[in-house]
Amino acid sequence: MIITALIIAISVITLFAVLGLVLVYMERKVAAFMQIRLGPMRVGPWGIAQTLADTVKLISKEDIIPNGADKFLFNLAPLMVTVIATLALAPLPFSDKWIIWDSNVGVFYVAAISSLTVISILTGGWASNNKYSLIGAMRSGAQIVSYELSVGLSLVAMVLLSGSLSFSDIVMTQQDAWWIFKGHLPAWIAFMVFIIASTAELNRNPFDLPEAESELTAGFHTEYSGMKFALFMLSEYINMFIVSAVAATLFLGGWMPLHFGQDNFFNHIMDYIPPLVWFAGKVFFIIFLIMWFRWTFPRLRIDQLLTLEWKYLLPISLINVLAAAWITVTGWHF
Amino acid sequence: MGTESLLVLFFAGLFFAGAALIVSALIHPTSKNPQKKEPYECGIQTIGTSKIQFKIGYYLFALIFLLFDVELIFLYPWAVAIKDFGVIAFIEMFIFLVILLLGLVYAWKKGALKWV
Repeated sequence: MIITALIIAISVITLFAVLGLVLVYMERKVAAFMQIRLGPMRVGPWGIAQTLADTVKLISKEDIIPNGADKFLFNLAPLMVTVIATLALAPLPFSDKWIIWDSNVGVFYVAAISSLTVISILTGGWASNNKYSLIGAMRSGAQIVSYELSVGLSLVAMVLLSGSLSFSDIVMTQQDAWWIFKGHLPAWIAFMVFIIASTAELNRNPFDLPEAESELTAGFHTEYSGMKFALFMLSEYINMFIVSAVAATLFLGGWMPLHFGQDNFFNHIMDYIPPLVWFAGKVFFIIFLIMWFRWTFPRLRIDQLLTLEWKYLLPISLINVLAAAWITVTGWHF
Repeated sequence: MGTESLLVLFFAGLFFAGAALIVSALIHPTSKNPQKKEPYECGIQTIGTSKIQFKIGYYLFALIFLLFDVELIFLYPWAVAIKDFGVIAFIEMFIFLVILLLGLVYAWKKGALKWV
């Protein structure tokens, strides 16, 4: 019992550290190659130790709390954002055996927990006693709660098709084909809406208004320095991983290998690739997609951002839920 | 593991963040300087306070969000159970969603979705 708990704790902390290092490095390299340059090259071969060096730098940086800041809330916000990111990892199936909490309400749980992030962002932005932080936090609040609706509705569409809230059950329903292949139009629309809306929930380009560096300095974490800033950064990347893992599980089959139909030769060949590799491949594909957006689209204005959600994505995903329900009732999917 | 794994994850996250902050607090340098602690504002002296009244538009959107979020919670149990109830569940939820869409149209026409 205690041993299991220790193993879980150690592996989650390791996952945190590894994901932080890998994703920041990946972000830089993707950015660099999109702009036809090399990115970090000095520290280690191909600069792979660059993020490690940055971590050492961030740990040894001075920690500044500005005048007039609410000290307790200012310190609480980075802790809160990290804990929320850890909690959201619980029901994700990493492979057929690797799942921390095989819950029967997994989808609902992830939706509920990941929507708490906005509270820590608002807390940090308000407690900083800085105008940029306040503007960034308020924008983030409006943005995250708005786009949460579309994320939730596309989750509901997939729950309708697969008939379960448990992640491992949803993966098992994709044994003959992933939902993106057999879900017809509703699955496609839900996938696109989910990717767009979750990019907005992550505060990433083209929806990075809360930290828009050219107008708000750094948005809600303007006043954070050193390790507290690093924790905000880290949990942003962990959240990116969680969102991609959810998308991979619901739409692309999670750890399920590429299967078509029942027991045939093609499926058996695909089974030789281990589930963990399939899972990681899909997750990193979606993470790459989100990083790709950053260098493709210009930043939206706040009114355009809210128009996109309330006048386009929300009606589309509401109708999409009805379409998914109709397909489920009539049994039109394969 | 069951639900108690959430407790484990909670403390793991707290430990990770806490340890990082404590290690940083032990080794980082400190230098006292009155200017350094001023809230950052383009490098000039800070003017006024940040605890101000804020634009009402943000709260308006939060209010509409609340309405739809509550509706979303109703959708989850329906989505799981629809296969057992068939077409009747679809029709009932159709009526419910149409009423909500009408609510969205009403807010739209009233200008609540316009950013001013």
